[in-house]
Amino acid sequence: MIRARGLVQTFHTGQGKQKREVPAVRGVDLDVAEGEVVGFLGPNGAGKTTTLRMLTTLLRPTAGTATVAGFDVATQPVDVRRSIGYCSQVGSTFSGAYAGDEVVDHGMLYGMSKKAAVAKGHELFDKLQLDGLWKRMPKNMSGGQKRRLDIAMALIHSPSLVFLDEPTTGLDPQARINLWQHIADLRSKEGATVFLTTHYLDEADALADRIVIIDQGTIVASDTADNLKAAVAGDLVDLEVTTDEQVAVARDKLASISQDVEVDGHHVRGRVARAGKAVPGLLRDLDGSGVALESIEVVRPTLDDVFLTLTGRSLRDAEAAAEAAAAPADIADTADTARTTTEGA
Amino acid sequence: MTTFLRESWIVFNRQLRMNLRNPAWVIIGMLQPVLYLLLFGPLLKPVIAQLGGNQYTWFVPGMLVQLGIFGAFFAGFSLIGEWREGVIEAERVTPAHRSALLFGRLYRDLLQLFVQAVILVVLGLVLGMDASIGGIVVGVALTLLLGGACAAASNALALTVKSEDVMAPVINVVMMPVLLLSGILLPMSFGAGWLERLSDFMPIKHVVDAVRGAFFGDFDGSMLWGVGWTFVLFGLAVWWGTAVFRKENA
Repeated sequence: MIRARGLVQTFHTGQGKQKREVPAVRGVDLDVAEGEVVGFLGPNGAGKTTTLRMLTTLLRPTAGTATVAGFDVATQPVDVRRSIGYCSQVGSTFSGAYAGDEVVDHGMLYGMSKKAAVAKGHELFDKLQLDGLWKRMPKNMSGGQKRRLDIAMALIHSPSLVFLDEPTTGLDPQARINLWQHIADLRSKEGATVFLTTHYLDEADALADRIVIIDQGTIVASDTADNLKAAVAGDLVDLEVTTDEQVAVARDKLASISQDVEVDGHHVRGRVARAGKAVPGLLRDLDGSGVALESIEVVRPTLDDVFLTLTGRSLRDAEAAAEAAAAPADIADTADTARTTTEGA
Repeated sequence: MTTFLRESWIVFNRQLRMNLRNPAWVIIGMLQPVLYLLLFGPLLKPVIAQLGGNQYTWFVPGMLVQLGIFGAFFAGFSLIGEWREGVIEAERVTPAHRSALLFGRLYRDLLQLFVQAVILVVLGLVLGMDASIGGIVVGVALTLLLGGACAAASNALALTVKSEDVMAPVINVVMMPVLLLSGILLPMSFGAGWLERLSDFMPIKHVVDAVRGAFFGDFDGSMLWGVGWTFVLFGLAVWWGTAVFRKENA
């Protein structure tokens, strides 16, 4: 459904002597299969939105190629646009217009008749729990309702591929979880392929079949959440033994399935790939060696652990650094600045 | 072409619907020229007497052009609001023609200008303006073309600067010499020779002369200059507007 090779986006900022090139995306390769839900994860400024804007034909790539729904983004942009739905992170409706009118007008710009757009709009309003809000203005809606309205806008023409750019940013936890269900329904009920950018670890974990991690304009990993965690970080197994003598035995037993065992008092810890399968055998070994455990804890790694291992930085730290630096490349990943810099594209 | 017309009509309808929800724009837009007509027009009576003819026949065309320029040049402000809310990006990701997104908004601006122009002309006739129907039609048509040019330029400027704080002073800087050198308020011939010669380099002055000439029934060489400049300005502004809509979206 999406195939990108060597996608590059370089922005030009400043004037005169201040003029400089800022690489926002530095050679992205990407493959998304039909029916997949792919989470595009990275901190602010990583290049998520810029990549997405190239794939949705909103930005012409500086270099590289990409086909979306079988069409080339550079030479067949209109065909690409017909095939995709796009939900921008800043919204898509005018705050002073009626929600229903906005959805219908949007559908008509895709070539739908007014009658068909109205029918499809009402159907989407029902599915997205927006019933009764057809004549409501977005400025009088809650954050969650507005985001669901944006999704309705993106789905009005029944696209086979939907791009969601940070769909839950700014929502309260309850609204986020509610929206997750609707995003999950996009594939299960609408049959759509979904490509969503996010900087929320739990969101990518909960929604995506596969996670693509981008940092500083480069893809650093692409796999299922479980595989990424297992391959990069592994589960943390923490054994607590009852006596000093048992520490050495427990350390040796754990070392047989883990390469980085640490001892802290009566605690023996180590990273174990797929601990769910390995720990039962470990427990039998320990029992056979006469080691009595006070407690055992298995901690699943987070995507932040994955990001830390891959980049040497915590995702949260990377985000904070990006916001503090507010360099053009970083800012380019936010919708506003991406727009201000498109003149150079 | 059919697709373009359909798409621009959809955009026009959407824009019109939003404007009609807030009809204050017509009243606010009309207020300034109407006040000029009612409060400044009588002051012109002794001045215009030197040229001959009714002061409103002379002044209404100037007010029309002022309406066409100033009213339309503020069209871009609403575009910045739409851009900020993500509407422009949402439209750009549809297969609609980029020029249709611009023209749909121009139709709205032209309709608004037309309604205001009609009110101004009717008020002028009530106050004693003496102009032929044909002259009025030509004058209003030129005003609409000039207004379309200004609205297209305003939209292009809005999408270029994307900030009301930048746009307002830019418009002021452009508009001030236009107002002073185009003879909208008083004939340039009343001023010093150098000022009149300077005003010859101001395209809008020729448009004002043409609209005024149409109202007086003088379809001479100045009419050709005015019509020519109107079409040139319209063509350039639409080209600029369309280019900006396209460039933004690659």
